[in-house]
Amino acid sequence: MNDYIVDANNLTKVFTMGDVEVHALRGLSVQIKRGEVVSIMGPSGSGKSTLMNILGCLDRPTSGEYCLDGESVANLKDEQLASIRNRKVGFVFQMFNLLPRSTALTNVELPLRYSPPNGRKRREQAKEALEGVGLGDRIGHRPNELSGGQQQRVAIARALVTDPAIVMADEPTGNLDSKSGDEIMELLLRMNQEHGTTLIIVTHDPEIAEHTQRVIHIRDGVVAEQ
Amino acid sequence: MNYMQSFIEASESLLANKMRSGLTVLGIIIGVAAVIAILAIGNGTQQSILGEIQGVGTNLLFVTPGGSEDVSNPKPLTLADAVALADPFSAPSIDGVAPVLNGRVEMNYAGENKSTTLVGVTPGYATVRNVGLSEGQFISDTDFSGRSAVVLLGTEVAEGLFGRKSGLVGEKVRIEGQPFRVIGVLEEKGGSAMGSEDDQILVPMTTAQTRLLQRATPNEVDVIYVQAVNSEAVPQASLEISQILSSRHRIMIGEEDFSILSQQDFLDLASTITGVLTIFLGGIAAISLLVGGIGIMNIMLVSVVERTREIGLRKALGARRIDILSQFLIESSLLSLIGGFIGILLGWGLSVIVEQIAAGSGTPIVPVMSLDAVLLAVLFSAAIGIFFGLYPANRASKLEPVEALRYE
Repeated sequence: MNDYIVDANNLTKVFTMGDVEVHALRGLSVQIKRGEVVSIMGPSGSGKSTLMNILGCLDRPTSGEYCLDGESVANLKDEQLASIRNRKVGFVFQMFNLLPRSTALTNVELPLRYSPPNGRKRREQAKEALEGVGLGDRIGHRPNELSGGQQQRVAIARALVTDPAIVMADEPTGNLDSKSGDEIMELLLRMNQEHGTTLIIVTHDPEIAEHTQRVIHIRDGVVAEQ
Repeated sequence: MNYMQSFIEASESLLANKMRSGLTVLGIIIGVAAVIAILAIGNGTQQSILGEIQGVGTNLLFVTPGGSEDVSNPKPLTLADAVALADPFSAPSIDGVAPVLNGRVEMNYAGENKSTTLVGVTPGYATVRNVGLSEGQFISDTDFSGRSAVVLLGTEVAEGLFGRKSGLVGEKVRIEGQPFRVIGVLEEKGGSAMGSEDDQILVPMTTAQTRLLQRATPNEVDVIYVQAVNSEAVPQASLEISQILSSRHRIMIGEEDFSILSQQDFLDLASTITGVLTIFLGGIAAISLLVGGIGIMNIMLVSVVERTREIGLRKALGARRIDILSQFLIESSLLSLIGGFIGILLGWGLSVIVEQIAAGSGTPIVPVMSLDAVLLAVLFSAAIGIFFGLYPANRASKLEPVEALRYE
């Protein structure tokens, strides 16, 4: 047991496109401490999306070791990965990815539907999470009745409702104007301070990266500088 | 798993595309309604035909002249044959015997003419064929032996000649120009699959033989109705008839110059015919149900493609394959179940309409909605939803979360 919530060593990922093998990751190692705020930067094609998918347990590395919150997850089956994602990972996407027909409350409840029943009422839990992001008065609204910033806040509430070990945010401000973007960044950082949630932000924007404690630059499938 | 939540979610997503869901459900509705209506009408027809046959009595046998084709010198049935069959010692399984003679005759009364079926009967006919009278009395032994010119009228005949059905005893009518006295009116039986029994008149057989329906052989009869002691004794009675008549006609068993038909034979034939018809029509209806099922599959496939991102998101949030699979299966079976329920109602409505039309045209059919048929339809439509939903749902559940999230 060590202090690292994310402990990835020597990750490789090879995609086979027809006859061509594409090496997206070439022996990448990265460690992130509990409660840390980290941004991952890199040009497109550098392998940062692949890294994010692996760190978020959406995908498996071709080889290498990855321990998330003390659990080795590199070789788990699909169903086990789904369970890990449900319990330990929260996602915030650039496109918000809310269910358009469902209310804010139902959207936030969604991850709880896939977790075992846990005594507390899901609805209450979801309501609290929405209040936590300042949308307590918007629980009955559908995504098309909310502004972009508000939608992203619903998404953040959804990511936090399961009380995950890490939150992966993929360009969380990419689809927002700068004012809403700043608010979202503020919210994310506040959540990190209040809940101690480890935050990993993938971004192009150096300004966003400045808000984080550490920036990991990826180039050609390896860590270029930290 | 939270089934209530899944159910609500499935209804929501179906309601989001009302037109599409409605048209898909329509396919199932038509299929189920067709199956239900056809089964109900088929069962109703079967029951009404069987009921009619049974109404005549299941212990009844019909003996007619003419048997296997290559019998040399076939003999007709005679009154003496009937008398021999009535012998309780040689034929213990036989309760009653009623030979009859049939023919078409012209009747008239006060200028009204009517053509009808004349049946020459013995006094025993009333019990064997279970004939009731609405007034008057049946042909007596005296009438029979005395070749009396008396007649019993069917209600349709009475209506045709007199314009009324009662108060006719003692009236005089002419049959083929000869005067007959009306001694009674037969009870009304209504139409049947075997021709109307109200459009006939009964006279003593001896009278018919001598005055109205002359035949080549003296005492020849057209049919001998035989009543077995009960319906279980019918096969034994049939055997006894065969033995007695064979010895009387001096022929070998298997080369009979007569045929024996029991009510059971008619029952079997009728149920076979209606059963085959019902299965045949039901099969055609089932094909439309199948087409409806393919409609569901089609829509679900479209829905999976449309919701690829949603599936990716759900997987990212921790949905397992089984969660996605059941989500889509619940949607498709909900579609088909709704269709099934509406289809049952519609099918029931259709069979009621058919009942009305049938009643209006004089052939009463009471559609029988059996619980079996309803259960079958519900189960079948649910099965169709699951079967045709399985492929799209499986496809959805196999999507890779990374790819699905990236899908535009």
